[in-house]
Amino acid sequence: MKNKLGKQSFQFPFRPRIIGSCSIVGEKEGKGPMAKWFDLILEDDTFGEKTWEKAESKMLKQAILIALQKSGHEKENIDTMLSGDLINQLMSSSFMARDLSIPYLGIYGACSTMTESMILGSMMIDGGYASNILIGASSHYCTAERQFRMPLEHGNQRPPSAQWTSTAAGGMVLSSDDKGDSAVTQGQQVKEIYITHATPGKIIDTGITDSNQMGPAMVPAAVDTIVRHLTDTGRSPDYYDIILTGDLGLIGKEIAIDLLNGAGLNVANVYDDCGAMMYDKKQDTHSGGSGCGCSASIFCGYVYREMRAGKIKNALLVSTGALLSTISSQQGESIPGIAHAVAVTTERGN
Amino acid sequence: MANRQQKQVKQQGQSGQSGQTKKPSKETTKNYEQYVKQFTPKPKYFLNSIKAFVVGGLICSCALYIQNMLMDKGLNEKDAGAYVTVILICLAQLLTGIGVFDSLGKFAGAGVIVPITGFANSMVAPAIEYKKEGLVLGVGAKLFSIAGPVLVCGITTAAIVGMIAYFIK
Repeated sequence: MKNKLGKQSFQFPFRPRIIGSCSIVGEKEGKGPMAKWFDLILEDDTFGEKTWEKAESKMLKQAILIALQKSGHEKENIDTMLSGDLINQLMSSSFMARDLSIPYLGIYGACSTMTESMILGSMMIDGGYASNILIGASSHYCTAERQFRMPLEHGNQRPPSAQWTSTAAGGMVLSSDDKGDSAVTQGQQVKEIYITHATPGKIIDTGITDSNQMGPAMVPAAVDTIVRHLTDTGRSPDYYDIILTGDLGLIGKEIAIDLLNGAGLNVANVYDDCGAMMYDKKQDTHSGGSGCGCSASIFCGYVYREMRAGKIKNALLVSTGALLSTISSQQGESIPGIAHAVAVTTERGN
Repeated sequence: MANRQQKQVKQQGQSGQSGQTKKPSKETTKNYEQYVKQFTPKPKYFLNSIKAFVVGGLICSCALYIQNMLMDKGLNEKDAGAYVTVILICLAQLLTGIGVFDSLGKFAGAGVIVPITGFANSMVAPAIEYKKEGLVLGVGAKLFSIAGPVLVCGITTAAIVGMIAYFIK
C-alpha cells in the first residue's frame, strides 16, 4: 500500500487537479457575509420549480454544468460523476444525473458528502480509472426541513443550538490533466489547485440524541480526523493557511477550538467553520449553517477562488456529517458523527 | 457450535475495539453534554415566558370579548363559545396560509401554540406542505402528522382519567 500514510490517510502522487468549480446559494445565503464568493444567488428558493425537491435538483444540476463549463471540458469528456444530497434515496442527485447522462455514483455522507466525493474522485483519478470527474453536493432548507423536521409553516420555536440547513450547491471538476503551475482562465493568470492528501474519518458517536445539537455531536469526529490527518502526514496546523470544518456551526466551532487546544494543537489563526461563516448573526439562524451545500458552496466559492488567486496556498477541508436518519432519531438512537479531510494546495511540489 | 461462535464474536466486539468508536456509556455522554452546555447559549426563558404570556393573554382576552359580544346579541354561552372557537381556528388557518403564523409562533411560542390557534396551525401547515404529494396520499395521510399524536395521547389520557374518576365516585 504505497499510497497509504499512517493509520488512516492517503496520498495522491499524481495530484488530481481541481479545474473548475461553481457554487450556487439560495436567497438567505445570498444575503449573508459570504455572498460575494458565490457564482449564482437564487432570487427565489423555488428556482421556478413546482416542488422544493425539483428546485434543489435544478440547483445542483446548474452548479455542475457551470463547473463543467468553467473547466473548459465537454460533457463527453467526463468519465464519472459523484454526487450526493440529504434527501431520501438521493433524490436531488439522481434526478440531476438523469438529465445529464454521465456515468453516476450516488454518495451519501450527510453533510460530509463534498469531501467524501472529493476523496473518491481523487482516488479514481490517481488510480488511473478516470481522467475527468464531476463531483457535486447540495442541500435545500425546505427539502431538509420537511424531511427531517416540521412543515415550513408550523409555528414552532428553534432552540439556540439549532442550525439552519443551507440552500446551497457546489460542483467541481477534478482532472488528471497537468498543464503546469498556473493557467490562464478568462484572461487572468490563476494558480492550479492540487489535491494531495485525504483522511477519511471514523464514525464517532458522542451519545447525543437531540437532533438540534448536531454541531456538538459532530465535533469529536472532526477533531479526531484533524488530529489523525496531522499525525499521519507529519504536518503541524501551521502548515495550512486555513483549516475549514464543514458545518459545526457557531457552538460547534467553539467546542472544536477548545478540544483541539486540549489535544495540544493551536489552531486559532487558521481554523474556521463553514457553518459559522455562512450567515450573519442578524439573520437569526441561531448556531449557523449546515447541510451538504454549506461546506460545498464555501469550498467551491470562497476557498477555490482564494486559492486560484494565490491568497490561500494550503488548505485542509474537513466536511462533517451527522449520519442520523428520521427513523434512527425516532427510535432514540444517538447521532453518529463523521468527518473526512482533504488537503489541497497550489504548490506544485514533487 | 454456532452459539459458541456467536459468543466469541460478541466478546471480540466488546474487547477488540477502542471505546471511542462505539456508542459511549451513559456517563460519557452525560459528561460530554455537560461540557457542551458551557458553550451553548441558554434559551431566554424569562423573556420568552413574558412574550408567551402577553400574546396568549391577548388572544384569550379577544376571544372572551368576542364571546361576550355574541352573548349580548342573544346567543347562549355554549353556542357563543363554539363560534369563538371557529373564529380563532379560521384566523389561525388564514395566518398560516399567508405565511405569517410561523413568525408569530417564533415570537410568541406557547402563547400561540397552546390556544386552539396552535392546533389549527398544526393541521394547515402539513396540508400546505404535502399538497405536492397529492390530495389523498399527501394531504390526507399527513394532515394529522403533528396533531395526530397529540390527539391520541390527549384522548387516551382523558379516557383513563375519566375511568378513574368514575370508580372513585
